[in-house]
This record gives sequence, C-alpha cells and structure tokens, in this order.
Amino acid sequence: MTSIAERPREKTAPSPRAKRKSMKSMYPTWFYIPSAVLYIVLFAVPTFASFYFSLTRWTLFDSTFIGLDNFVTFFTEPMMFQSLINTFIYAFLTSGAKVVLGLALGVLLTGAILGRGYLRSTIFFPVLVSTIGVGVTFKVLMDPFDGLINKSLAAFGIDGPDWLTDPALAIYSIAIVDIWKGVGIATLIYIAGIVAIPQEYYEAAKVDGAGSWKNFWHITLPLVRPATATVVLLSLIGGLRSFELIWAMTRGGPGFSSDVIASVVYKQYQAGFYGLSTAGTVVLFLVVAAIIIPIQYLLTRRQVES
Amino acid sequence: MKSSSTRRVLLASAGIVALAVPLAACSGGGSDDGTVEISFLTQNTGTNVEVAEALIEAFEAEHDDITVRLETQPAGTEGDNLIKTKLATGEMEDVFYYNSGSLFQAMNPDQNLVPLDDEPWVDDLIDTMTPVVSTENGIYGAPFGATQAGAVVYNKKVYADLGLEVPTSWDEFAANNEAIKAAGIAPVIQTYGDTWTSQLFILGDFGNVLAQDPDWAEEYTAAERKYVDEPALQGFTNQQTGFEAGWWNEDFASALYDDGARMVATGEGAHYPILTGIVSTFQQNYPDELENIGVFPLPAQNAEDTKLTVWLPNAVYIPKTTEGDKLEAAKTFIEFLNSPGGCEIQTTVMVPSGPFATSACTLPDDVPGLLKDMQPYFDEGNTNPALEFLSPIKGPNLENITVEVGSGIRSAEDGAALYDEDVVKQAQQLGLEGW
Repeated sequence: MTSIAERPREKTAPSPRAKRKSMKSMYPTWFYIPSAVLYIVLFAVPTFASFYFSLTRWTLFDSTFIGLDNFVTFFTEPMMFQSLINTFIYAFLTSGAKVVLGLALGVLLTGAILGRGYLRSTIFFPVLVSTIGVGVTFKVLMDPFDGLINKSLAAFGIDGPDWLTDPALAIYSIAIVDIWKGVGIATLIYIAGIVAIPQEYYEAAKVDGAGSWKNFWHITLPLVRPATATVVLLSLIGGLRSFELIWAMTRGGPGFSSDVIASVVYKQYQAGFYGLSTAGTVVLFLVVAAIIIPIQYLLTRRQVES
Repeated sequence: MKSSSTRRVLLASAGIVALAVPLAACSGGGSDDGTVEISFLTQNTGTNVEVAEALIEAFEAEHDDITVRLETQPAGTEGDNLIKTKLATGEMEDVFYYNSGSLFQAMNPDQNLVPLDDEPWVDDLIDTMTPVVSTENGIYGAPFGATQAGAVVYNKKVYADLGLEVPTSWDEFAANNEAIKAAGIAPVIQTYGDTWTSQLFILGDFGNVLAQDPDWAEEYTAAERKYVDEPALQGFTNQQTGFEAGWWNEDFASALYDDGARMVATGEGAHYPILTGIVSTFQQNYPDELENIGVFPLPAQNAEDTKLTVWLPNAVYIPKTTEGDKLEAAKTFIEFLNSPGGCEIQTTVMVPSGPFATSACTLPDDVPGLLKDMQPYFDEGNTNPALEFLSPIKGPNLENITVEVGSGIRSAEDGAALYDEDVVKQAQQLGLEGW
C-alpha cells in the first residue's frame, strides 16, 4: 500500500510518454485499485498458485512436491487420448456449425422477411437460458424410450437412435444441443457485421447487374470477415473448454465415451486428486492457447490484408 | 494537493475494507443464555433428512440446554469434495455424517477429527466396526444406521410363479436367468443412468473373492494382488457374461436407481444387484410389495465360496474445529445416537437395511423379509466385509468402467486392467508403500 502511495505521481515528473498517458486517461490511477485488488486476489494469485500446485501431490491438507509426475500421469491416463480427440471433435464441430448457421441466419434475419423481430428473439432466446437447465431438459427429451424426441420419431414410424446412451453418438448429440444453444450469439454477431456493410456496395453491384447470390459471395462474405473471426474465436474457445453441458447430459458417459479434457479434470478433482487435476487445468490452458493464438494471428492478419 | 491525496488513500482503503467485511462476517457466533447450539451435517439423499429431523427432535426433548441445527449436502463424489474442503478450511459443522472405511481414511482423521476413545458407546461396537472408524491413534466415529449387504435383491413372486429356487452358484443363477428370460421378464436389472449402481457385480462379489483368498485385501493394499487376475477378475467376467447373454432390461443404459426399485418390486424384472439400503425405497414407494422382495448373495462359481458381502454403516464424526461447550454438546449428541432413544429412531424412522454394528441397538422382530433372508448368513458366519472396509484403495473410475463392461463397450479383461491402472493414483495420493 505505502509503496504505491509514495510512488512519484505522473504530474510531478512529466516525461513525453507520461504526458501523453495523462492526457489520454481522464481518471486518476487510484481508480484502478479496487479492480486491481480483485484481479490479483481472485485471478492472478490463484493462477500462479495453480502452476505451483500442479507440481505437487496435494490433499488440501498438505502437499508434497513431486516435479512433473502429475503431467506424466495426466498424459498416461487411459482415457486421455479419447478425451483429447473428443475435445477437438466437439470444439471444431460446434464452431464450424455456428459459423455456417450463424451466417445463414444472419443473412436471413437482416433481409426483409415477415416477423423478423420475433425470429431474432426466438433464435437468441436459448443463449439466455442456463446451460445446466438446457442440459437437464435435453437429457429428458433425448431419453431413448420415454423421451419426446424418440416418441415423436416413433409417431412417424422412425426408430430413433439412443442419443445419449450410444457411445458412438453421445458426443455428437451434446454437440447438436450446444449448437442450438450457442447459435444465437453467432447470429447476433453476424447481424451486426452485415448491418455495418455500407449499402453503396450493394447499390453499385445492382447497377452492374449482380444477383443476390453474387451479392452474398462477393460483398457480404468478404466484408463480414471480422465477424467471422470473432465467431470462430469465441466458439472455439468455448468449445475447447466446454464442460457444463456435457456434465449435465452424460457426465462423460456412457463409460468414458463423451469425456473431454475439462470433464476428465473435474472427475480427478472430485476424486480428490487435487494436484493432478490442477496439472490438467494447466494442460487445458496450454491446449487452448496453442490452438487459439495461431488462429487469431491468421484471422487478424488476413483482415489487415483485405 | 496533499489532502486530496490523503483522501484518496482513505477512499481506497474504505473500498478494500468494504470488500473484506462480508468475508469477516462469516465467522463468529455463539450465545449467552446458557444454551449451546451445534450444527449437524447429513446427506440430502433418501430418507436421511427425515431421520435426522426425528433424531434432533428426540434429542432436544431430552436435552433442554442443547439445540441442534440441521445442515445438508449432496452425497457421492460431490459430497466427498465438500467434506474435504470444509475440513481443510475449518468450516466443518460441529457433527457430521459420512462414510466409514476408505472414505473415512481419506479425510486424514488424525489431523482433522476429535478422537472419541473414552466415550461410553465404544465398547458396544461389533469387532468389524471398530477398525473402519479408527486409525492407529484411536477411534473417531460412531456408527449411525445399520449394516447393509451388496447382493441380489429379487422378486419372490416371479420365483414362485416359475418354480425357481434361490441359486447358490453362478451356474444355477444363469439357469434361473434363462428360465426368467423365457417367461418374458427381464432377468437382471441394470440401471446405468445412475452410474454407481453398475459396480455391484464387482463390489458385491468381493465376499466371494475373500472366501477363495483370505489375504486378498491386505495383499491388494500392498500392491501384490490385482483385479486382472482371478479370483477378483470373476466379477468383471460375470458382468460381461450378463450383457452378452441378454439378461439386462431393455432400457439398462438410461434407467435410474428408482426405476430399478420399481422393476424389482413390481416384477418387471427379477433380480437387481444392489445395496440392501434400497429397502427404505421399497418401504416408501411400494409398501405392499415389501414382503415379496428377498435377497441372496451374488453367487460365486462354486457354491461353497458364496458369501454375503456386507457394508458397514456410515458414521458420525466431530471435527477438531469443534471446541469447548460445543464439543461437549457434540459428544452428548453422538452418545444419544447409541442410546435407547437414538436406537428407536434408527429402527422406526430409518428402515434397517441389515443388522446393527453396535450391541446398543437391536433389530425389532417385525423386520421386512429382506432382512430375514440376510440373517442366516450372519448367523452362520457366511459374510465378508466389502473391500472398501479392508483396504483404503478405491479407484474413482470404477463406475465408469463397469458401465462400459456392462454395456459391451469394453471386455472384462480390459476393464479390470484399466481399473488396476486407475487405483494407482489413489494409492499414490494416500502415500501407500509399494506403489
């Protein structure tokens, strides 16, 4: 506290940089303190503590330093490979579907159609509902025998699949629900992106005799690239660290067939392997970073070029 | 200039204090009027809450100067976590109800719990109960509730209609199942919607394992025995056999524990391998069917190895954070559990799932048929404790592995090998020798 208070204030020792800074910010540095305290106590300290605890065998009561053993154990977990694959399937599937569907819905809902406001809110509505609530609801709907989905299919003479209890299908069933729930955000971002495209382009294209397909392909699509980048990044990060929906619907089951990294970590935590699960979160952090940083670089660079 | 800077410091400090005050307000408490209030934590599953409420009412009637506040929390792995977190942060209730055996050991009792060696009820405990609530340094828990068996609960009407007899060996069990299947009834009920129920083929077979190899549990703790080898592998093999023979109910993958109780009570299914604690569900939901439900141990391959696998009751504990008047009150409360008044609650409000683990409580004469079926095994010494009471090792993923074996996703050998790998983490976490 005191060291912060006694630090020479920018006004008394002006340098060109400090001058620019003080001109830019209309609030005193003090205003940062409450949020800085919160950030340090609730975010920075736990983050760095977790790096340390990931190197220990930790029972909450005491911890023993064991070097990188937790990481070795984590990667030799029998179901680790499967859950890694599942994480990627889930993330890329939901992200891809949200881009395609979000763009399609975005184009549709910026056009002159009947009931546009109603449709916009309907599509956005699932975003507002609690993920756990959605998971529990769909678990009931997707019940192979008593669920509404299979009962409805049966009415048309279709023998519905075991959505959540077939090990080959479970992760895809959850992904479908995730897409249904998350596409509203993607649509919203695309609507904003499409609305921001200046009308002049379309007018000029009309003069040149372009149809609506050409309009979409040569004007809308290239110019919503910033929106695409946002949707891809957000949904990919969300997909890679996805947990609540999977936990509410299958708990990673049947067996381990819909486990993702986050659910493996959670199960280890539940079992009381606190050091091991902390190592798992560090791994998850690195995986997300390793995938997102290059993609972000790629997407933003192209944006600059265009 | 200076004053404004001071004011800013003050404001900032006030802000920090404002953030910290609600945290500090969490601690503290106590009363001045001579009465002591203690808190009692139980699990919110089944009839636990009703039992606890009845118990507190009876206790408060006997002790004017003590009031008990009831707190609840989930059972299962979620509850395990909460218990450990509360103990580690010193936020545990004054008295709490939790598992005995391996989960008790995982609480680090010597460091976290109050030893209860000098309490009057200690001498009443049966020989097998004492070790599962003790460490080398003393006894820490008092049993609450009765023992239960992990065995096959079956519908006696189905057996009578088809003229079947209680099987004592696996082959007889298999023959019964084929006859039941031919009659259009699901021979064996499995409910993988509640994953923990899938473990009974392995956990409930342990009595039979011990009959074939009396040292198995100790050797297992010392990393000398494995599930991939016989006799322990048999439990996994049996489960695989059941799936391949088509014994399961159609909706086994999504059915829940309550569905299983319904099926066996109404005769939609014949056998349900489960813990006999299910008797309280029958009592509540199917009181008229109670006498049509019986129980027998999971059969071993040879009839002479068939033993009833018994779970010892959960217990109540006092954390080290309970001190002074509260500690005395907490001890009085625990003493009450094993007094005539406490026993009455345990036998009337809580339907006993088996014999008691303390001589202070005795079973009433009019027990459900399920318990009468168990009694001969106790009388003839044909019972063995479940593995979790003989070894601290219990891998967290067994229920997922048994779901896979029971659903045909993984073979019995693979499942057993995977489970052997799974327990290594637990053994290392506990700091056991030889792992």
